[in-house]
Amino acid sequence: MAKDLHDTPMLDELESGPWPSFISGIKRLRDQHGDERIRGVANDLLGQLEHSYETRKGYWKGGTISVYGYGGGIIPRFSEVGQQFPESKEFHTLRVQPPAGNYYTTDILRQLADSWEKWGSGLVTFHGQTGNIMFIGADSTNTQHFFDEINDYGWDLGGAGPCVRTGMSCVGAARCEMSNCNEHRIHRTLLTRFTDDIHRPALPYKFKFKVSGCPNDCMNSIERSDFAIIGTWRDDMKIDQEEVKAFVAKKGRQYVLDNVTSRCPTNCMTLNDDDTLSVDNRNCVKCMHCLNVMPKALHPGDDKGISILIGGKRTLKIGDLMGTVIVPFMKMETDEDYQRLVEIAENTIDFWAENGLEHERCGEMIERIGLVNFLEGIGLEVDPNMVQHPRKSSYIRTDGWDEEAEKWFRRKAEDKQKAVGA
Amino acid sequence: MAQPQKMRTPIESGCPDGFQYMHPVMRKNFGNWKYHEHPRAGVLRHVAYSGDEIWTVRAGTQRILDVFTLRKLCEIGDKYADGHVRFTIRSNIEYMVADANKVEPLIKALEEAGFVVGGTKNSVTMISHTQGWLHCDIPGTDASGVVKAMMDELIDEFRNCRMPNRVHITTSCCQINCGGQGDIAINIQHTKPPKINHTLVGNICERPSVVARCPVAAIRPALVEGKPSLEVDEKKCICCGACYPPCPPMQINDPEHTKLAIWVGGNHSNARSAPSFQKLVAAGIPNNPPRWPEATAIVKRILQTYQKDARDWERVNDWIDRIGWPRFFELTGLPFTKYHVDNWRGARNSLNASTHIRF
Repeated sequence: MAKDLHDTPMLDELESGPWPSFISGIKRLRDQHGDERIRGVANDLLGQLEHSYETRKGYWKGGTISVYGYGGGIIPRFSEVGQQFPESKEFHTLRVQPPAGNYYTTDILRQLADSWEKWGSGLVTFHGQTGNIMFIGADSTNTQHFFDEINDYGWDLGGAGPCVRTGMSCVGAARCEMSNCNEHRIHRTLLTRFTDDIHRPALPYKFKFKVSGCPNDCMNSIERSDFAIIGTWRDDMKIDQEEVKAFVAKKGRQYVLDNVTSRCPTNCMTLNDDDTLSVDNRNCVKCMHCLNVMPKALHPGDDKGISILIGGKRTLKIGDLMGTVIVPFMKMETDEDYQRLVEIAENTIDFWAENGLEHERCGEMIERIGLVNFLEGIGLEVDPNMVQHPRKSSYIRTDGWDEEAEKWFRRKAEDKQKAVGA
Repeated sequence: MAQPQKMRTPIESGCPDGFQYMHPVMRKNFGNWKYHEHPRAGVLRHVAYSGDEIWTVRAGTQRILDVFTLRKLCEIGDKYADGHVRFTIRSNIEYMVADANKVEPLIKALEEAGFVVGGTKNSVTMISHTQGWLHCDIPGTDASGVVKAMMDELIDEFRNCRMPNRVHITTSCCQINCGGQGDIAINIQHTKPPKINHTLVGNICERPSVVARCPVAAIRPALVEGKPSLEVDEKKCICCGACYPPCPPMQINDPEHTKLAIWVGGNHSNARSAPSFQKLVAAGIPNNPPRWPEATAIVKRILQTYQKDARDWERVNDWIDRIGWPRFFELTGLPFTKYHVDNWRGARNSLNASTHIRF
């Protein structure tokens, strides 16, 4: 190859040290790949990145690129310094939806790698912050070819822009004893329902679903998704007292007092004189701490289901927001349960699409209009589990009080009847 | 006349079915796992009610994978594991094997190939990072480079489990923050208002939506040298850069004045306390490629203090909740300034309205 290689003295410094180096990886593409196109792209990409390191500025600009039939799914990147680095001047990313839980075989990864080096740069990330496989670096024409090829064997684009985004779910019931729901089914059921809203951005802003199988929330769903689904249970946690005794014998009473019982946020655990544990289950908030410390002895209960929290997001525009509980508990066993979950999501997205301002996340809209208006909009009743405490401000008209109180008592009576019926 | 090219209609298959790629032991025992153990850093042993077990070996990579590296990972997966892998939310790769005897040779193969086994439980796991100069259109810094430089220094904490509890570190290349909350977060903090190229604004930017994007209403339409443009009230401007994505002529990134800031105590888990947001502890840190030594030094100082002072199972936020913020600043030696006092909406909730004071 007669082509001049760009000098990269600053990037070269990222080849030293024990952690695997992404620079060495890009250089392997530049120096060892069989395809001259990929060697050229890698060389110019390194050149532009070195230029960024030297000047401390980024040089990519967005644009509008998609594949035929879709409006999103691609992150277009055109270089502002393309004349100096022509071979990587179009360097779009394809966002591809992974399976729920991010499972792959080596065979399918190899197949994706083969397709990617045929059409793209040979650089890929598992996964981006939204949860997509990021195929980084294809020009405008090859973006379509690559998509066509992998779409033929079962892979589809994720969301980009103001649309429903690719979902994320944890390792879940496939490997984790803490799991309280079928994360995979929930994830696929929701994402499949909104496929059209993923591919054709037409919402006020982004909308993310994330599914965690327990309140450890490994998917950061409360903080990072508009619609967080978290597995939980509502009966007693299961205690294997023999395993508790074995744990105490191994670790000592003091360790259990310091690291299990005294860390319980509601003080609902007692270590008894005979080295067994008692739990005041009515006051357990399912925080998971004791289960995390003693996974052999303590387990979630049998009456499993999910909680739903809405409105989590990061900074722009009004500051970071956590999701808010809108469904404290629902079962996820029958097809009707899944249908109900889909309905809640549909109602939420429809209401927000109708009432959200441009570039306003769902949580920001709720902040603007108030939780009660949102709940009325999507047809859910208020519940004390939705608040940390009742209102502190007296600035409220309460002239509908009697009716609202009546509704509450009626709901309670209905719940009671349902419980008896079941 | 040439026929218009016939385009292929996409198959809107959406999210693929993960069960087809799952290890058969995991498929078989789906929803029936009993407990897990943690024999060593980077290794998990899950046992099902059926008595079956699955071993997981977790390894850190460079995240931006070239196809050679991806194929190497696959080759190891075929030769030493069962051909089934997954990726964690922090881009670590996990190999699942049903036979305990495969664990040691698999670890050896991964380490010989330059990957780093660890990242489980109370270790410092892989830093979750964003795109940066490599690929983002609005970045104030690089991400992969910052992470590579820091992981070089934190690698022993990835390979060992010597922290009080798990440590999640994140980076973000702009103040919009697509990076998440972390026990420690290294984020961009701009310090000067955008520099506006008035000749371009009128043609490139949809001015009303740029005005609407500003969190503090500091942007207004204006005629500058006869051209329709936008101007910024620099006294109001908080230098967040929110106007830059919808209006690239409002350049917020600056080689000198775009700084790094470090935040601590973000925790997404509900374990013990409710999920918490990270809080600013250090700013004004130079954005210093290629290895960002100043930022790394502060991260290491915070980590060492946490390691020494926190109790078992305390995450960074739990630890600071117990010892209080004055002690945090005392122990880390970081300065407490007027910039640490919040003045955004709801800020009153962050003020101390009690005499609960530690001396």
